[in-house]
Amino acid sequence: MTDRTAGTDVEAWQPSELELDRRLQRRRASRRSVLVALVSTAVFAGVVGWTVLTSPGWENVQQTFFDPGIAAKSFPKILEGLWLNIRVLFFATIAVAVVATLLAVMRSLRGPVWFPLRALATGYTDLFRGLPVLIVLYLVGFGIPALNPEDRVPVALLGTIGISLCYSAYVAEVLRAGMEAVHPSQRIAARSLGLSHAKTLRLVVIPQALRKVVPALMNDFVSMQKDVGLISVLGAVDAVRAAQIVQAQTYNFTPYVVAGLMFVALSFPMIRLTDAVSARMAKREQMGGTV
Amino acid sequence: MSVLELHGIHKLFGDNHVLKGVDLEIDSHEVVVVIGASGSGKSTLMRTINLIERVDDGRILLSGDDITDPAVDVDKVRARIGVVFQHFNLFPHMRVIDNVTLAARKVHGTDPEVARDRAIGLLEKFGLGEKVRDFPDRLSGGQQQRVAIVRAIMTDPELLLLDEITSALDPMLVGEVLDLVRDLKAQGSTMLMATHEMSFARSVADRIVFMHSGRPLEVGPPEQIFGDPQRPETREFLARVTHR
Ligand SMILES: Nc1ncnc2c1ncn2[C@@H]1O[C@H](COP(=O)(O)OP(=O)(O)OP(=O)(O)O)[C@@H](O)[C@H]1O
Ligand SMILES: [Mg+2]
Repeated sequence: MTDRTAGTDVEAWQPSELELDRRLQRRRASRRSVLVALVSTAVFAGVVGWTVLTSPGWENVQQTFFDPGIAAKSFPKILEGLWLNIRVLFFATIAVAVVATLLAVMRSLRGPVWFPLRALATGYTDLFRGLPVLIVLYLVGFGIPALNPEDRVPVALLGTIGISLCYSAYVAEVLRAGMEAVHPSQRIAARSLGLSHAKTLRLVVIPQALRKVVPALMNDFVSMQKDVGLISVLGAVDAVRAAQIVQAQTYNFTPYVVAGLMFVALSFPMIRLTDAVSARMAKREQMGGTV
Repeated sequence: MSVLELHGIHKLFGDNHVLKGVDLEIDSHEVVVVIGASGSGKSTLMRTINLIERVDDGRILLSGDDITDPAVDVDKVRARIGVVFQHFNLFPHMRVIDNVTLAARKVHGTDPEVARDRAIGLLEKFGLGEKVRDFPDRLSGGQQQRVAIVRAIMTDPELLLLDEITSALDPMLVGEVLDLVRDLKAQGSTMLMATHEMSFARSVADRIVFMHSGRPLEVGPPEQIFGDPQRPETREFLARVTHR
């Protein structure tokens, strides 16, 4: 039995005239498409820009939304607020990873003995997937402190809990879908080797499930990145709240634009990474490179 | 001593009575090949032995231990049996070496270095030495199936169950897998296999079991089953599969 790969004389091969000609044609065609795309983008941007800049209210809008002085003044405060958002995001991500995995595993348990756990997990995900994040934040943010008026729980913590409750439900559903997409024969193969149910999940099912849902999970992460801005409704001084404070002092909306740009900047690397990962996975899964 | 004893095995799927009292013994180093029409219950029989399906009646003894006892630890039993399926069930997210050593590391508690050395030895022996670090999707069907067999024998199972391990392969690739099975026989592995490759069954089997509607209708050495079948059902089946 030999498995040598054929063709050791690869170095000797030179592309033929035919192939060189084809490459030239492809290069020309792609230069043409790039040019068309550039021109059409420029035209579109020009039309939009001209429409906005020549509209009668533009002067006014420029002053209330794009005031450079106010932007510079509010920047440090909003940045400080954003730091709170980032911390909330960090802890919420950890909480979501743990809770969502538990929920997904609970929902995947088979057999009548597990019915209570399964039902609990199903009820939880149904409830929190349906509830608007804002309502959950209000309920947690004002409900939990009311239970125990003596202790003052930091609002940022309450916000983290509220965000985690909602996103655990979304992410659990994504994970569960991924686990169900792993072919049952994989479980049988693992169990046949003597792996326990738990080890089968941990070593065989979950790693494959994660691979399948990485783009979906990254999407959820991006949307969580901006939803941490909602904790401002509880009074936590995050980026949004900091912007609101400046806005109330100056009657100018520029701070909101600054905060908005910061959130965009925060999510931008993740969005690009999501695209790159999805593209790479698509490439790995399909052999035909041209379709 | 018998490695495997089946006593009056019954299995039903709803109203479908698939196994209707199967008795069979397999001795150490014996190769038993199950033949029979599609749907006669060959795969079901294998899956009950591996405890993937629960029997509805009867007893299964593995080296004398009753593995159909409800108190038995199924993971321990499965760790003593090697299984290869029709479709290559390698784990796509693990390299060949990790596929092969998984059970040794995670079930048998073998030292990873020791497991690794043994795995590389086996893979090299079966012409897969260059594939150690590859992922399964980079392997041909025949290579994948050979890796699956190496994975199954890695922990020296008392019994090997091979269920139609060549029927998903191109005819070109069948030979390399069957050669491997011959090697295993030469080394003294105890095997129970289902196959539609009659000439292979004839050459490798110590005993042939002809399954017919849930029963081992005729059991005997290959010369007898293929040369001088006693039952009309056996004759009819063999006539059908050999004159395709
Ligand atoms: N999980 C299952 N649920 C319900 N019925 C099943 C199940 N597995 C097998 N059966 C039924 O049991 C019968 C025997 O199936 P089995 O797979 O054991 O046949 P086989 O002899 O292996 O056939 P083949 O040669 O096609 O592999 C068939 O009628 C099949 O429909
Ligand atoms: Mg079968």
